[in-house]
Amino acid sequence: MTTHSDVHATQDTAIAPGQPINHEKFPWKHIVGYVLSLVLTFAALGLVLSSALPLTAVIVSIVILAVLQLLVQLFLFMHLTERHGSATHILTLSFAFFVAITVVAGSAWIMTFRSSVA
Amino acid sequence: MLPHYFNHLFVTGIDIYIADVLIILTSLGIVSVLTYFKKWKWLWREWLTTVDHKKIGIMYILAAFAMFFRGGMDGLMMRTQLAVPNNHFLSAQHYDEVFTTHGTIMILFMAMPMLIGLINVAMPLQIGARDVAFPYLNAISFWTFFFGAMLFNLSFVIGGSPDAGWTSYVPLAGPHFNPGPGENYYLFGLNLAGLGTLASGINFLVTVIRMRAPGMTLMRMPMFVWSTLITSILIIFAFPVLTVALSLLTFDRLFGSHIFSMTHGGMPMMWVNLFWIWGHPEVYIVILPAFGILSEIIGTFSGKKLFGYPAMVGSQITIAFLSFVVWVHHFFTMGAGAAVNSFFGVSTMLIAIPTGVKVFNWLFTMYKGKIRFNTPMLWALAFIPTFVVGGMTGVMLAIAPADYQYHNSYFLIAHFHYMLIGGTVFGVFAGLYYWWPKMFGMKLNERLGRWHFWTFMISFNLTFLPMYLVGLMGMTRRMYTYPPGLGWSHLNMLETIGAFGQGISMTFMLINIVWSFKYAERDVTGDAWDGRALEWSTTSPAPEYNFAHVPVVYSRDAFWDMKYSKNKEKYQVKEKPYRPIHMPNNSGRPFLMGFAFFISFFGFVFEWYLVGGIGLAAVFYLMFQRSFEYNTDHYISVEEIEHTEAVTGRS
Repeated sequence: MTTHSDVHATQDTAIAPGQPINHEKFPWKHIVGYVLSLVLTFAALGLVLSSALPLTAVIVSIVILAVLQLLVQLFLFMHLTERHGSATHILTLSFAFFVAITVVAGSAWIMTFRSSVA
Repeated sequence: MLPHYFNHLFVTGIDIYIADVLIILTSLGIVSVLTYFKKWKWLWREWLTTVDHKKIGIMYILAAFAMFFRGGMDGLMMRTQLAVPNNHFLSAQHYDEVFTTHGTIMILFMAMPMLIGLINVAMPLQIGARDVAFPYLNAISFWTFFFGAMLFNLSFVIGGSPDAGWTSYVPLAGPHFNPGPGENYYLFGLNLAGLGTLASGINFLVTVIRMRAPGMTLMRMPMFVWSTLITSILIIFAFPVLTVALSLLTFDRLFGSHIFSMTHGGMPMMWVNLFWIWGHPEVYIVILPAFGILSEIIGTFSGKKLFGYPAMVGSQITIAFLSFVVWVHHFFTMGAGAAVNSFFGVSTMLIAIPTGVKVFNWLFTMYKGKIRFNTPMLWALAFIPTFVVGGMTGVMLAIAPADYQYHNSYFLIAHFHYMLIGGTVFGVFAGLYYWWPKMFGMKLNERLGRWHFWTFMISFNLTFLPMYLVGLMGMTRRMYTYPPGLGWSHLNMLETIGAFGQGISMTFMLINIVWSFKYAERDVTGDAWDGRALEWSTTSPAPEYNFAHVPVVYSRDAFWDMKYSKNKEKYQVKEKPYRPIHMPNNSGRPFLMGFAFFISFFGFVFEWYLVGGIGLAAVFYLMFQRSFEYNTDHYISVEEIEHTEAVTGRS
């Protein structure tokens, strides 16, 4: 994460003057991730717009696409496999899953009132 | 074909004309003062292009004060309308607009930026850092917030204000019942400001995790830094939900989708659900930093270290977890069923436990302490009982069956004003008086500060305590007038007197600021309050690079040990030769980017897609330009550091 020059603004031990800032080679990982995330997004949109599949099939496929999207984001952009220092990211990631599950499952549970009202 | 509201683009009405004139006069005044004193270049170089966290913090606080004034005026208009029965000071429509903008502005454009401003000012200094992790992003955060707030406020004179409440519930806020541009302003203004807040959350999180001075372990951080860390996590997980909800409603309003509509399979209650999934963590986002400020102040002014530090940390983490599992308590009356309401009622009551732990820790910190009653401490002391009253009524509201009675009554209004004023605003005032010397190099006047404190405390209770009573008597929120003979009239008059009292009280603060800038004694020690954390170890105001030598931390209350520990030599910063300090360059791009967003979103508000597209293209161009900028940082030379340190008497 230290390839961006913003990051090391401060510790005086970080870089000595005159030392060149290390720029990565061509960011293939990001380009592939970007294209994949666009493809996955438009695939989901296409599935909904075309209405070629029955409703249940559409819902199942866009959930699968969403999980793939999540993996693309985590592995190609969010450096999940890189590590240095403490395991803060594991804690943060667990909290992210906690929030995601709470929001999705909670909303589904709360909105079941519609069937009982109808 | 032009949209129908194009014909009345400029809002009419006598108060609006007054506002128009005032806006034009103020703008002319600012422009002519800047031109007369030849300050344009200074403004651009020192402030608009700055990436210095301290200056960005001050700009946040300034903007938040302007919004406080606007939101406060809305509040006074509402209280004037409700002072007597059958009043016709405001029409129903006008009243709707005023309470909508009052709520939205006070929470999103006053409370949040005030706290983010204080975090910007104090947090990097407290962890011994030289700036936040991403200074350029910090500037983008500020300018997107600023232009988001300006866009929202523009609705007052151009196009018309939103009028569906700060919660903007559908279907009322949908395109069918609310065709005008007002709700579009709400959606785009909030989305723009939300972008900045999200970036701030990421920025602060990375700063706390990665930028602490050597030796400052997590459990040695000042409590305000802990509260910043937890707040950042809440921002990162809550704000995307708001962004999604606002965008979906935008699709409904602009592109005719039916996500939240009554027909075509839309789910209006889904908006309410999504809004509060963000909305409840949001109230913790605005209270946790205030808890942090309070912990700093109570420790400092009791001359003791904070009682129960690990319990304080644990309770904040517990609050963060719980804040994501309580959101239904905002809409028990939707009727989601006994199981759902019981679950969320119980989870809400659970929050009282960690909060109670914090209250007792503050009390025990003061116990046997040598308390100094300076202005920051007065606000902190008033915070505790006020917050407890607000919190206890919150537990009452959490009882789902009883909530069917309290829901949307003035009882609720009283509750959340006790939390947001008695909690957040008292905390903010405490923090402003406390860190004022760090920001500007002098204390605010104590005498005027006490006037401000006592008048505000009394008026605040006079305004909101009767609201509990009228709420129980059946007065509901958002009603624009009421008939006589219901027993509400006297209490409402008292509330209005209290509201104007708060307005007058704020002038004491204004006078205090002006007086102190002119006459107050300058603080040359850097340690105005005999403080405990690292921000007091540098000069007031801190130099651009914060610390000539990065401090090394051996304990909690690092600065206290440097001053008073038995073997203090061990704790003090070792004198070494200075080394050049690596700092980020200023940039005008964040300001331009905020402005481009403003133009774009203004276009989208009126569905002028060409304007919207051009603005967005400018945003992308600026991002593209940034990607190829390599000259982003510089070194402050040893001579310059020596000079700066010598001028402030520290060489």
